Amino acid sequence: MTIFLAIILGIFFGFALQRVGATNPQNIINMLRLTDLNLMKAILFAIGISSTLLFLLMSVGVIDAGHLSVKSSYIGVIVGGALLGLGFAVAGYCPGTGLVALADGRKDALFFVGGGLVGALIYTLSYDIIKDSWLFDKIAGGKVMLATGSDTFQPLLPFIPGTLLAVSIGVVFMLIAWKLPDKV
Amino acid sequence: MKGQLNWFKGGLLLGASFLLAVAFVKPIGVSTQFVIADGIVWNLFSDTVVQKDAAIKSGYTSSNAYLNKSGGSYAKNVANPFNYSFVFVIAMVAGAFLSSRLGGPRPTALDRSAPEVWRQRFGNNFALRNLTVFFAGVVVLIGARLAGGCTSGHMMSGMMQTSLSGYLFALGAFAAAVPVAIMVYKRN
Repeated sequence: MTIFLAIILGIFFGFALQRVGATNPQNIINMLRLTDLNLMKAILFAIGISSTLLFLLMSVGVIDAGHLSVKSSYIGVIVGGALLGLGFAVAGYCPGTGLVALADGRKDALFFVGGGLVGALIYTLSYDIIKDSWLFDKIAGGKVMLATGSDTFQPLLPFIPGTLLAVSIGVVFMLIAWKLPDKV
Repeated sequence: MKGQLNWFKGGLLLGASFLLAVAFVKPIGVSTQFVIADGIVWNLFSDTVVQKDAAIKSGYTSSNAYLNKSGGSYAKNVANPFNYSFVFVIAMVAGAFLSSRLGGPRPTALDRSAPEVWRQRFGNNFALRNLTVFFAGVVVLIGARLAGGCTSGHMMSGMMQTSLSGYLFALGAFAAAVPVAIMVYKRN
C-alpha cells in the first residue's frame, strides 16, 4: 500500500513540477536574478495554501498530526542552504527539479544528477569528520516549529494558538504571491 | 512557455501535491535519495557497508557513520531500495514525463542542451555548460546534505509545517542564490 502511494504521490509531484515550469532552468535562473517572478509566486502560493489547509485539517482531525516531520535547526542548515543556493543559481537546478528535468530530455540535467551523486557520496564519506563540529550546533533547541500542531515538536511561539498562527502565515504567503509583480 | 501554468493554477497544483503527501504519508523530500542511490551502488560492491543487526532499531547497521545515523534508517533503505521514499523520487520522473507528453511545456532541442539565458551569456558552448552544471550538482548535494534537506524538504515541506529550519534554509539559499545569479547572468 505504501509503495502504491509512493508511485501515485510521486507522479503527482513530478507532474506538478513540470507543469509549473520548475524543470526549466531558464525559469529558475530568471527567478533568482529577479527578472521573472512567476515561479516564485507559484511556490509562495503553494506553500501558503498547503500550510493553511494542513493546519485547518489537522485542527479538525482530518489529517493526522503524527504525519508531520519537522527537521532540526542548526548552523549547518544555513551554511548548507547557502552552498545549495550557489549551485542552484549557476545551474538552475535543485535536487528535485534537476532529476525530473531528465524527463524533459534535458542533457545538462544528466550532468547535474551525476554531479549530485558525487556530491552526496563526498558528504557521506566526510560526515564522520564533521559530525561533532560547530556546524551541528542547534538553533533554538533544534526541532521546533513556529506554530503548535503536533505533540512531538516544540512550538517557538507557544503563546499564540497554533492553527491561528499557521493560517495567518499561510494567508500572508498567499497575499505576497498575489501582489508580487510577474515581470520586473 | 506554451503549456506552462500561471502562478495561480501552478501554485494550486503544487500545493495540492505537498498537502496530499503529508495527508497520506509524510512531507515530501528528495535529496536524501541521492545518498540512498549511492549506497545502493556501494552495497553491490561491498559486503561490509550495510549489515543486518537485530539489536538496532531499524534492523540494519553500517560501517559508514552517515548511513548508520538515526538508528541505521539510511542503511535500511539502502538494503531495501523498494521503499516509500526512493520509489517516490523515481515516480517523480515518470510524473514529469507524463506531464510533458500530456500538453506540458516542451523545450526546444537547443533548450535541452542549455537554457536560453546561458546561451546568451556564454554562447553555444555546451561542454562548458555540462562541466559547470556537474560541479554545481556536487555543491548543491553537499549543501543539501549538510542542511539535512533541499528545496523540497526544507523550503516547501518545511515552511508548510511552519518549521523554523525551513525559514533558516530559505534565508541561506536565497542570500547566496540571488547575488550569484545576478553576477553570473546579469540582469538584462
